[in-house]
Amino acid sequence: MSESSGKKGASRRQFLTSVAAVGAGAVAAGAARAAAPDPLITEVQDWARATGDGVDATPYGLPIEYEGDVIRRNVEWLTADTISSINFTPIHALDGTITPQGCAFERHHSGAIALKKEDYRLMINGLVDQPLVFSYADLERFPRENHVYFCECAANSGMEWAGAQLNGAQFTHGMIHNMEYSGVSLRTLLEEAGLGAAGDLKDKWVYVEGADASSNGRSIPMEKALDDCLIAFKANGEALRKEHGYPVRLVVPGWEGNMWVKWLRRIEVMDGPVESREETSKYTDTLEDGTSRKWTWVMDAKSVVTSPSPQAPITHGAGPLVITGLAWSGRGAITGVDVSVDGGKSWQPARLAAPGQDKALTRFYLDITWDGSEMLLQSRARDASGYVQPTKAQLREVRGLNSIYHNNAIQTWWVKASGEAENVEVS
Amino acid sequence: MSKFPNLTLTASIAALILAMPAWAGNYGLGRPALPEEIAAWDVDVSPDGTGLPEGSGSVEDGEAIFADYCAICHGDFAEGVDNWPKLAGGADTLDREDPLKTVGSYWPYLTTTWDYVHRSMPFGNAQTLTPNEVYAIVAYILYSNDLVDDDFVLSNENLLDVEMPNAEGFIVDDRETSEAHFWTAEPCMTGCKDTVEITMRAAVLDVTPEETRAKKVQELIRRTRPEPSREDVTAAAVPADQPATEVAASAEVDPELAAAGETVFKKCKACHQVGDDAKNKTGPILNGIVGASAGHVDGFKYSKAMQEAAEGGLVWSDAELAAFLAKPKSYMKGTKMSFAGLKKDEDIEAVIAYLKSFQ
Repeated sequence: MSESSGKKGASRRQFLTSVAAVGAGAVAAGAARAAAPDPLITEVQDWARATGDGVDATPYGLPIEYEGDVIRRNVEWLTADTISSINFTPIHALDGTITPQGCAFERHHSGAIALKKEDYRLMINGLVDQPLVFSYADLERFPRENHVYFCECAANSGMEWAGAQLNGAQFTHGMIHNMEYSGVSLRTLLEEAGLGAAGDLKDKWVYVEGADASSNGRSIPMEKALDDCLIAFKANGEALRKEHGYPVRLVVPGWEGNMWVKWLRRIEVMDGPVESREETSKYTDTLEDGTSRKWTWVMDAKSVVTSPSPQAPITHGAGPLVITGLAWSGRGAITGVDVSVDGGKSWQPARLAAPGQDKALTRFYLDITWDGSEMLLQSRARDASGYVQPTKAQLREVRGLNSIYHNNAIQTWWVKASGEAENVEVS
Repeated sequence: MSKFPNLTLTASIAALILAMPAWAGNYGLGRPALPEEIAAWDVDVSPDGTGLPEGSGSVEDGEAIFADYCAICHGDFAEGVDNWPKLAGGADTLDREDPLKTVGSYWPYLTTTWDYVHRSMPFGNAQTLTPNEVYAIVAYILYSNDLVDDDFVLSNENLLDVEMPNAEGFIVDDRETSEAHFWTAEPCMTGCKDTVEITMRAAVLDVTPEETRAKKVQELIRRTRPEPSREDVTAAAVPADQPATEVAASAEVDPELAAAGETVFKKCKACHQVGDDAKNKTGPILNGIVGASAGHVDGFKYSKAMQEAAEGGLVWSDAELAAFLAKPKSYMKGTKMSFAGLKKDEDIEAVIAYLKSFQ
């Protein structure tokens, strides 16, 4: 809560005072009664007298200054340099399911590059009938599709394997965003180059590579490549942002974010995986006995309560309280989310804002009357494959503490009587 | 790298197809990729060695190249600087707490190392190394991991013969079997456990960024502010024999900028130290460097170029230091400082502000 700049948000003391005042009123009389007429109502305010900004004051609009704390944040000690680093979506402050591009998390291996559409080239080569080069304009002439998908970094919640570390949903679960992509299916482009030369497609692979200095490359089995992968050039209706791979990125629905190669420049049909750095030395999950799982592409079902949470405390005292959060699964649609306020002793089904969509974020709500006592808040996601989000203890039992990636354990927030919340682990 | 036997064949296929009105594509969009274009971009190397170009490099050559291009982040002995990846060590740590995953202890294929160094390194100047340089660097990384002797020469002929210690250490994703019990379909809803206790709290560790950052800034403010008493300042960072005027000068440091400079300074820490316990390492101590005469640190063996500059009266003013840090080797031909330079003006300004806090 304590921002170094000072102007953002109320101080802790102000926060506690307001909780005490409102809380007392709410408990005593149900709907609080005003002691005196509210000058915001009885006096004519500046904004009601004078005129506001004209059109074109901001030709491309940004959030109003009062929302200035709803921003991506970085955890400095995680990486050596921001050029090869990650930041976090402020999920604690968002609602609905679509992540605005401007605050959707970034992960770069060699920084975000500025690549013009005119300079963009996409090559398809390898075991294809005709190696091809497409310009950006070429891509816009293929039949287009629109899909909403979540993109989650495999390392999301990775700092929490050994214990509760970071105090905020943004930091524990913010390596995720959810956007509506417009683009061309990878299948369409592969078929344009012709897959006859590849022979039996069952054991074939597609290697995808970015144009930036990291040359991030990943091997994808042909089955997935022909299933639902998308060559995307728009997100949430507008061009991709530079930090998300402008002008073209790959979308690999339900699979770890590292495979969603940004600034996509090359697609190679191969008869085996490249076993690149990012699919051997990184993005592999070391188990307790020292062996490591590779090709752990699918993101398991997961959920988190985004509010209340450490960065989004309860400020209104006892009474009606909206508990809300996000759930998702790389194996399909979310079918249900359960919420516990007692650390997992008992659960109640949350209300899904809309039926779960395939490999996309689902918003859930649990509307309760809070009695003002402390809670151990948890959420538990279920998906269409019958998978139920495990506890941390269950995950550790199979995987130990050194996995780094793919931590999809149930998260606990200790919500105190003051309304403040803290990241904890429970028995 | 595709397995077409050679470019000539690919070229002839392309020529054949170019001669035809259109290829089999459904939409006829795009154009055939030329062999030269494929050769320029298709440089990935597979575990069976496909894609490895002819060439070789020795451990000895690799040591020198590594010192020039890699040591700044990965350390002279591939031991890693700060949070930059450690490339050596970690043998037999994979089943322990906090395993050390390096090329030697973890990477299953040496082709991956060759491919990655060739395509993605050096950081900030990628895709500039020649195949022979890459063979040499990889040879040196192997040597740093005690996997080859110091007279070893790595080439496309013997790369696949090198045994990687963790080659057999991987299994394919088995979650659907080893974690089959997570597919429970109907989870427990009531009476799931008798008691619940908090076993760990994030506030105890206190590593959440904003708080950490605020603390750092406060610490810097404390260190750089002459008030409330001389004792505090002296105890914090300023040597007792510094004249008061220099303390006043350091008070002008913008703490936010200095905090940013501390981050930039991570790039320098491999070779330079600051603060009370600073010692000369690969580079000299930098306490009091801003405003000091060049080559002023006792006991450090400066390059001939730096000694000459010192005799010529060079003083490290903000401007001179900024010019040096932007491109050390262009600014002073012959300097020992093997650092490419800071690209961003704001980084230079910040790191100078940070250095001023150690006057």
